[in-house]
Amino acid sequence: MKIRLMLVIVMGLMGANCIAQEYEIGQKNKEFTVKELTVRVGDKMTFTNQDPFFHNIYSLSENQSFDLGSYPKGNQRSVVAEKPGTLKVECAIHPNMQMIIHVEE
Amino acid sequence: MCINNASAIIFLAVYVSGINLEVLASEPSEFADRSVWRSSVTAPELNPREAAIAELGKQLFFDPRLSIDNTMSCATCHQPDKGWSDGEATPLDRYGKRIERATPGLLNLQAHTVFMWDGRVDSLVDQVALPITSPREMNMDLDKLVVRLRSVPSYQSAFSGVYPDGVTARNVQHAIAEFEKTLVSGDSDFSDWVAGNEQAMNDQQKLGFELFTDPQKGNCVACHHPPGFTDNGFHNLGLVNVQQDNADLGRYNIRPVAVLKGAFRTPGLKDIELTAPYFHDGSADTLESVMDYYIEGGRHQSGVSPDFKPLDITQQEKQALVAFLKALTSRDAGR
Repeated sequence: MKIRLMLVIVMGLMGANCIAQEYEIGQKNKEFTVKELTVRVGDKMTFTNQDPFFHNIYSLSENQSFDLGSYPKGNQRSVVAEKPGTLKVECAIHPNMQMIIHVEE
Repeated sequence: MCINNASAIIFLAVYVSGINLEVLASEPSEFADRSVWRSSVTAPELNPREAAIAELGKQLFFDPRLSIDNTMSCATCHQPDKGWSDGEATPLDRYGKRIERATPGLLNLQAHTVFMWDGRVDSLVDQVALPITSPREMNMDLDKLVVRLRSVPSYQSAFSGVYPDGVTARNVQHAIAEFEKTLVSGDSDFSDWVAGNEQAMNDQQKLGFELFTDPQKGNCVACHHPPGFTDNGFHNLGLVNVQQDNADLGRYNIRPVAVLKGAFRTPGLKDIELTAPYFHDGSADTLESVMDYYIEGGRHQSGVSPDFKPLDITQQEKQALVAFLKALTSRDAGR
């Protein structure tokens, strides 16, 4: 009985460690609300436009490039970290909007 | 495997991505509050060394010896009485051929964080070298320029007075950039009104400001933000047929992201009355024709900025917007 209980706890802890995280990042006043972030492969980053004009999300980083397009206030776009490395994430419309995401295994 | 399971668990939460969470259309713009325009670009307060550098930069700016054949200075295209632009739709190069993009004005560059129509540089010091070395413009090799300026005793003395390493290419660029930073708009009807003088703008100009900031009308503040009337951003206004071969794709050439095809830097609007013609290609002769262009909703629709929509305004409102833009003209402009 004890062994079975231990097994359930250990499996539960392993499961908790394996759950991919989701990170919320705002786009407010032409800045990202988070400037630097460390995530793991599989984690999801969701960007929410809080400004009354369009923003865009893209990265031309070597280890993962994407263009999530442009979207107005209140809308969101998400991307999943695919590979370890460093992502420079920017808004194409407003080039001063930049953030760094460190992706770990 | 674990991650796949986790993805399934959070799927519903993530699935809300892309759903419009707020209705925007009826929201008044935060920029409608005139106090947010109060923080404006002002002339930097210079210590004696900085003032000497700016003065040196001014001499260099007006000196044709910065071009290969001593025929062209920075001021050839950036003329003080034209908002530091040239009044041309697009300028002639040194061979008499039209350059594809208009000469931008130089006022209030402190409000800018990117330079050139395509934002290819983010430092004013770096920008200075571009027209000096451009084969179609001043066509000057920077090493040769240093040799030339070192042979001029007044420059030698002026440089060594403010820079420990004397005449260098970087110092030439820095001095000109420091001079350009002193080029700021002065007081205007708008700045007086923002400061609290109710009489400084007339009713038509005040209506123009309302339209300028109204998301349902002019919505100019989607791109022209306080304090410098620019978002330091890039927008395709439908001026370029991006489908055409050899089209000027603007910012896209620097950052190959779809929304940037045919996108160009948002100019500031202070003293905009002085810098006609308008747009990156100089295709609008007057502020009225700029408004007509916005009312029409652009020349080409492919890839147009999502912030750019045809203006639903009357002729009277159009004139009010133009009157407001003219209220941004400095009283000491051109002097």
